[in-house]
Amino acid sequence: MLLVVLEHDRGSLAEASKEALTFGRTLAEKMGVDPHAALIGSDADDLVEVAGEYGAGTVHTVTHEILSDFGPEAWGEVVVQLVDELDPDAVLACGTERGNEVMAQAAARLDAPFVANCTDISPDDEWAITRTQWGGSLLEDVTLETEIPLVTCAFHTVPSSPADAGSPEVESIDVDLDNDLARSIVQERVVLEAGMTLPTAPVVVGGGRGVGSADGFAPLEELAELLGGKVGCSRAVTNNGWRPHTDQVGQTGTRIAPEVYIASGISGAIQHFVGASGSKHILAVNTDPDANMVTKADWAVIGDLHEVIPAISEEIRRRQS
Amino acid sequence: MNILVCVKRVPAPGARINVTDDGMAVDAAHLGFTTSPHEECGVEEAVQLVEKHGGEVTVLTLGPAEAEEQLRYAASVGAHHGVLVPTDGSAWDPQRTATALTEVIEGLEGSAEGGEDDNPFDLIIFGNESADSGGFQVGVRVAHALGRPIVNGIKGVEIDEAAGTVEARREIDGGFEVYRLAMPAVVGVKEGINLPRYPTMKGRLASKKVEVTSVEADADAGGQAMIRLHRPTEAVSETVILGEGPGAAGAVCDVLEELGVL
Repeated sequence: MLLVVLEHDRGSLAEASKEALTFGRTLAEKMGVDPHAALIGSDADDLVEVAGEYGAGTVHTVTHEILSDFGPEAWGEVVVQLVDELDPDAVLACGTERGNEVMAQAAARLDAPFVANCTDISPDDEWAITRTQWGGSLLEDVTLETEIPLVTCAFHTVPSSPADAGSPEVESIDVDLDNDLARSIVQERVVLEAGMTLPTAPVVVGGGRGVGSADGFAPLEELAELLGGKVGCSRAVTNNGWRPHTDQVGQTGTRIAPEVYIASGISGAIQHFVGASGSKHILAVNTDPDANMVTKADWAVIGDLHEVIPAISEEIRRRQS
Repeated sequence: MNILVCVKRVPAPGARINVTDDGMAVDAAHLGFTTSPHEECGVEEAVQLVEKHGGEVTVLTLGPAEAEEQLRYAASVGAHHGVLVPTDGSAWDPQRTATALTEVIEGLEGSAEGGEDDNPFDLIIFGNESADSGGFQVGVRVAHALGRPIVNGIKGVEIDEAAGTVEARREIDGGFEVYRLAMPAVVGVKEGINLPRYPTMKGRLASKKVEVTSVEADADAGGQAMIRLHRPTEAVSETVILGEGPGAAGAVCDVLEELGVL
């Protein structure tokens, strides 16, 4: 059996979990085993049906008084006890921040290897895996030698798709958790921002070093507002203190997936591009026709963003009036 | 407060990453090297914490002899000690790295005050993941081996000296989660937790005098073995040039209308 550990936040299933189940169905088929799912925490009961819909034949649920909220050590220990109890052939999660963290915790406890962010797995006697490095800018082929492979699939490796499956069997598993594991459970939450955020914005107007200053972003803000989008930026911009890090698009910032990314004054270093690669379309504005961002874009305007961006806003207002 | 920051020396690529002919490393012939970004912020965070609460910052790296550059850089922005665990420069798997680091940290803690008593670092800071290999696990393995709590993805740290705890904040959609870890504790931090300072001339000069200790450590290879690195197949895109300068605004709006965003 392939055990797929599902990620949810107080009962709200992460989209990534559907991807893990989709990736897991293919992997389980290659392994010649059945995909099962694990749901950790008392508020996850409603998710059993979704797990089934995405192909889990059996869902193992775990509840315990200290699992009041997410906690990386407690969740990692639960995975270890599920491995002991169920003896799966492999364990898979999605390579999100939490998914990788929980699997790393489980691996540390089992003193076993853990391969993060896999994109392709050949589960032969010795597992041959392709995984991402540099946030996906580079791929690494590895072999994995271990009794029970622990892996995550890289986020957005496969689009989630439901399986043609009926209701799953549900099996409740008892775990024995030391009170000490409560030490790293979430204590409280603070809500900062409601509404559209950079990862979900339908349009992102990005600015790079070429914008030149914090004030230089005003025309980008104006264009983003006209298009119902958000402003993003490159690492050079945050390093200069022109924009907060929450606006940074890239490997160490936010991954965006807008309908169109208008990248202005951005040369397009790979660490930036990997954060923008989920964009459906890219329109670059740059003075340099050979800039990496220009050559990777669908459309480009060659020119100074300080002139081009306000001209686009003006044209939009003209058409809207 | 005694704080340890574990950092990694990584290449600083530009528009493209190339791989060496044998496929075993990034071709760094024309690249500079830097500290992995999350860890650069880790150093800054540690320096800010000791500026506020007193104490010292030690920076530890496992890597080639040249990684001393990253330790000197950390010293130039305020770290007090540097420790290098030298390797031949080849990539170590996560289990081997974590085991060696744990051994070194236990050694440093046993001897931090020159006595025999354990003197644990109040806080150990890792980067959430390294910029290059991105294994997402070395910090977790080290913390577990040391028996200390760890939370990853941290973008805010505050120390409560009276309570002996570290409050760690982790970003979630539209807000953050708060964890309170009893020290000694470990956190994996992410870029954005602060804006790292640039070294001053005085800092650069002072960094030359900071002692960098070399500590030998090694461990058995883990179960994950690298075969080769390669570049993903890139979607070849033909870029349509819509025009030059502000005169292209009309063509841009046509495209935006076509995409349905206007």
